Parts: sequence; structure tokens; C-alpha cells
Amino acid sequence: MSTAKGPGGPGGPDTAVREALARRPRRFLFSLWPLLCWAHLLSGTLFGLGVLLALTVLVSLGAILSVLGVGLLLLVCTALLGVPVAAVERHRLRLVAPVAIADPYERPQDGTAWHRLRHRLTQRATWRELGYAALLAIVFAGAGLGVLVLLVLSAILVSVPVLVWALAPEAVMVIPGHAIPSPWAAVPFTLVGLAGVALSAYAAGWLTWAQVRIAWLLLSPRQDETSRHVVELTRSRARLADAFEAERRRIERDLHDGAQQQLVALTMTLGLAEFELGDAHPEAAALIGRGRAEARRALDQLRDLVRGIHPQVLTDHGLAAAVAEIALRTPLEVTVGIDLPNRLPGPVETTAYFTVAEALANATKHSGAGRIEISGRLDRDRLVLVVTDDGMGGADPSKGTGLSGLADRLAILRGRLTVASPVGGPTRVRVEVPCSA
Amino acid sequence: MLRVVLAEDAVLLRAGLAELLHRGGHVVVEAVGDGTGLARAVDDHRPDVVITDVRMPPGFRDEGLRAALELRARHRSLPVLVLSQYVATAYATQLLSGGGPGDGGLGYLLKDRVGEVAEFMDAVRRVAGGQTVIDPEVVRVLLAQQTAEKPLSRLTPREREVLTLMAEGLNNQSIARRLTVTEASVVKHSGNIFMKLDVDPTEGNRRVLAVLAHLRGEEA
Repeated sequence: MSTAKGPGGPGGPDTAVREALARRPRRFLFSLWPLLCWAHLLSGTLFGLGVLLALTVLVSLGAILSVLGVGLLLLVCTALLGVPVAAVERHRLRLVAPVAIADPYERPQDGTAWHRLRHRLTQRATWRELGYAALLAIVFAGAGLGVLVLLVLSAILVSVPVLVWALAPEAVMVIPGHAIPSPWAAVPFTLVGLAGVALSAYAAGWLTWAQVRIAWLLLSPRQDETSRHVVELTRSRARLADAFEAERRRIERDLHDGAQQQLVALTMTLGLAEFELGDAHPEAAALIGRGRAEARRALDQLRDLVRGIHPQVLTDHGLAAAVAEIALRTPLEVTVGIDLPNRLPGPVETTAYFTVAEALANATKHSGAGRIEISGRLDRDRLVLVVTDDGMGGADPSKGTGLSGLADRLAILRGRLTVASPVGGPTRVRVEVPCSA
Repeated sequence: MLRVVLAEDAVLLRAGLAELLHRGGHVVVEAVGDGTGLARAVDDHRPDVVITDVRMPPGFRDEGLRAALELRARHRSLPVLVLSQYVATAYATQLLSGGGPGDGGLGYLLKDRVGEVAEFMDAVRRVAGGQTVIDPEVVRVLLAQQTAEKPLSRLTPREREVLTLMAEGLNNQSIARRLTVTEASVVKHSGNIFMKLDVDPTEGNRRVLAVLAHLRGEEA
């Protein structure tokens, strides 16, 4: 991203022109650069004159009609004129600038046309763009015109000998009253013309450089706009993660209040039926018993599912108890040493818990480990959790979405996940999360 | 006949449990839907046993368990049976810790157990009678974790069976009945178990707690 760099810094869009200008004259003049700069100036001048015309018409009509109210609308349009001009300029400058200039405008998420208009008008970028349009229309169009006139005149001077030869001796006058006697006598004018062309090339180069640099200053995002953008993105990411977490809890609640209760009620009813039948109908009782066993299996599966979504014991007793519980359900020897002085913020607990769960699952499935050690403590304000197994190592966290997904969730909390797994083991998964909100 | 106070927020289950207890010959003196209601009902009725859900309003966390623990702090002899949608050994230890001789019975069962009517009724009676009842699933999870290096591997298969039933809260008499052996041989087995696991021999709730703590890998 080029937007993070300041104007004129290394790698800015004006670097290419500046470097070309710094070459030896021969290498600059005989490169493509003079042509590019002239083309840039020509297009810029024409465009700038067009913008000047539009500005003049809009402002004067707006001023005249402002008594009628319509004029105010025209003045608003004038304020917004910078927006399309800047958009065109960002494209046009690509002719001489290798790095594109980014659009600083922060689009509102939604809203009516009226909201969007108000939003546009409150952005500082909009007013900088208008300023650029005015500069383009007046200063750059004027200067560009001057350089181009110099180029045309110089070109004519260069071609004087040809003109003299083509028309007739004594028919061409450069200085009034002094006719040029022969093509040879016109050679000094050619030399002056060539010097003029060179001067025009350099003038075009420097003017182009100035224009790219000013465009970079006015049309690219400001540092504060960029960082505001980052802050907003970070916040929206955290909001998304919170919403995700709330959704998990809601699903868990719904399952608990709905399907699980219904299934428990079902086993209860079946149990009662079995009880009432007693020994009277052994076959019917056996069928009811089977139905009850099936309902119980469904409940077991539902419980496992809920544990994977958001375990109740984590909510009630916190990280240490929840990790101890999951350690008990791991078919390896797991030592848990988590020593925390108090409960941690909910998102920290949840993310840390699922990271440990994932690490345990990986160790069980892939590592061939026999023992796992989990340690956790609070280092000043940071939770530090380490899961170590004595397996064969060689785990690649970039493979599989499990750990990398958790690394993303940790990143939202400004935490980080490090996996050290040399071939031959041991594998060590380390989680660090700040616990301050 | 036992006089029962029932606390369960789900209407369907509350009605089902009340019916179940009624058919089992017990009287549900009051059925409530939250922890504060439970405390009031216990003060009003002085029941023989309290049956409560772990998760209840307003927070839908472990309000039921907390209410049960507070009740136990005020009425040490009050038998309490806690029902839970999940087994978590943390709940079991929280419930059992702090018990002493002369305390009322305690139970911790998975909700699904109510479907096994005869066993559930037996559990209610045992808790009301001052015994401890721990869900077999809790014990199963704890035992499954034990690996070859732990002292548990030194137990004979029969001692393992006895340990499992001890952890579920059965007293020697019940264990003897369940395994169809004499009570004297159960006493002998349990003595061996305590020696091999290096746990102080105790009785009642404290025995269950000691066994559970040992299985959880903690100092008793």
C-alpha cells in the first residue's frame, strides 16, 4: 500500500520523474520522458481549461441565480466539482507516476442520497480536491500553456532552414525586416530552436514533477485519515467477533431450552411408561427401553455439540475449570497447571479455551504424544498459556484452518499464537492475550 | 413418602418431574422456577429433600447450584439433589466440598437419569437418607483419564468395581448388594483401595469426596 508513505518519500509517485530529471541531459532528452511530460502537460492543459470553463460557468450562474434558490444547488455542484476532477486526475497521472494515488474518501455504509451528499461535503478530502481542481484550472493550465507555446515556437525555429529551402530565399523572416537569404543562414535559428526545445522539455519535466507532487499532497489520503480507517476497521472487526460470540451463546441457549429439554422430557415419559408397564408386557417394555436408550444417545450427541459451541462450565467456573474438564476428556495423560487470581474477560476466556481445545485435539490426533502439559498464568496483564506435548513434532500451523482461525480470533484481542514444533518434537503452542479491555 | 421441594425453570420438565415423584409415592409440596423461590419454599415447607436444576433464571448460569449451596449453609441437614444438563466434575466437587459428618445427603445427577425411573427413585431415597449420589458419568470420565502410570493400575478388577461404586456414592451395604458379595468383603476391598491409593480411610460424604479428589489428581 502506497498510502502509508508520505508525499515525496521514497517510492512516492513523483520519484520516477525526479529521477529522470536528475539524469545527464543527454540521457533525459533522448529518453521517452520529454514526450511523456509534454503529453501530460497537453492533456492537463486541455483538461484544466475545461475545468476553468466549468468553474466559471457554475460560479457565475450560481451567483446570479442564487436569489432564485436554484443557484445554491449550482454552488453545491461547484463544491463537488473537485470530486470527478480528482478521479480523472488520479487516472491521468498514471501516465507519469508509477504509483497510483489512492482515493481518501470514506464511503458511508448506507443512507439516502441526501445523507451521502452531506457526508461528502463534511469530508476534508472533498475540499482539498476542489482546491486541486482550481489549481489545475488556473496555475497548471496557464503554466502548461506557456511551456507548450515555447515548444511550438522552438519547433518552428528548428524547421526554419527547411522552410527557407522549401519556399524561396529571402521569403522568410524571423526577425521582422531581416529576410533570411539562404537555408545555411537559417542554421543559427535552428540552434536557438533546439535550445528552446530542450528548455521546454526540462520545463515540462519540472512542471510535471510539481504537479504530481501537489496531486500527491492534495489527492491522497492523509495520515490521520488512514489511521482513522484502521481504527474503524479494527472496531468493526471486534464488533463482528462479539456478534459471533453472542450468536454462539444464543445457539447454546436455544439448544438447551429447546431440543435438550424436549429430549429429557421424552426420556422421562418413556421411563414412566416402562415403569407403569412393569412386568405385564415384557416385549413392549423392551421396546420402550430401546426408545429411551435412543433418546439418551441423541442427548449425548447434543451435549457434545453444545460443549463444542460454548461449554457451560466455562461460563460458570472460568478457564481453569473448563480446561481441567476438557483435559479429563482427552485420552492422554494431561497435566493442568493453570493458576489465575481471578476470572478473565469473557472473550479472553472463550478464545483461550478453544485454543487449548484445538491444541489438545491436534496433539491427540496427529502428534503421537503420550503426555501433554498445560500451564497458564497471568503475567502482569497478559494471560500466558502454554500447551506442550511430547509427540513427534513437525506440526505446520499454516495447514488446516483450526489453529490459524484461532490465531485470527486471538489477533482481534491483540493477542498472539506461536507454535513451535521442530521435527522430533516437542510441540509447544503458546497463547498470549492482554486481559485489559 | 418424602416431602419434596422441586426447583426447575422449564415448565415441561417441572411437570414431568412432579408427576414422576407423585407416582413414586412422594409429595411435591412446592415446585418453583428460580433460586429465590427455592429458598423461600424451603423455609416455608421444611421438606425432606430438595431437587434442583443447576441452571436457572435470572442469569441461566449455576443459580440453582448456588441456591442449593446457600441452603446447605443455613440448613446443614437438608438433603439436596442437583440435576444438571451437563456433567462437570467442577460442579460435583463444588457441591461436595465443605461437607462434614451429620450433614444431609447430597446428589449430583445428569438430567437424563430421570428416564431411568427406578434408579432415579433410588437416588432420591438415598439422598433423603443422608447418602451421597454421584452420577456414573462423572465417575466414568474420571476413571477413563487414569493411565498406566497412576496407582489405579495396581487395583484388581474387583477393587476397581468397588472404587467406581464408592465414587458414585454407594455405602458398603449398597455396594455389597450391587456386587452380590458380603459387606465384610467390601470393607476388605475398600481398605486395600485406600492403602494402594494412599487415601485416608473415611466414611460417608467425606469418603466420596476423597475418592473424587484423588481421581481428579488433587490432594484430598
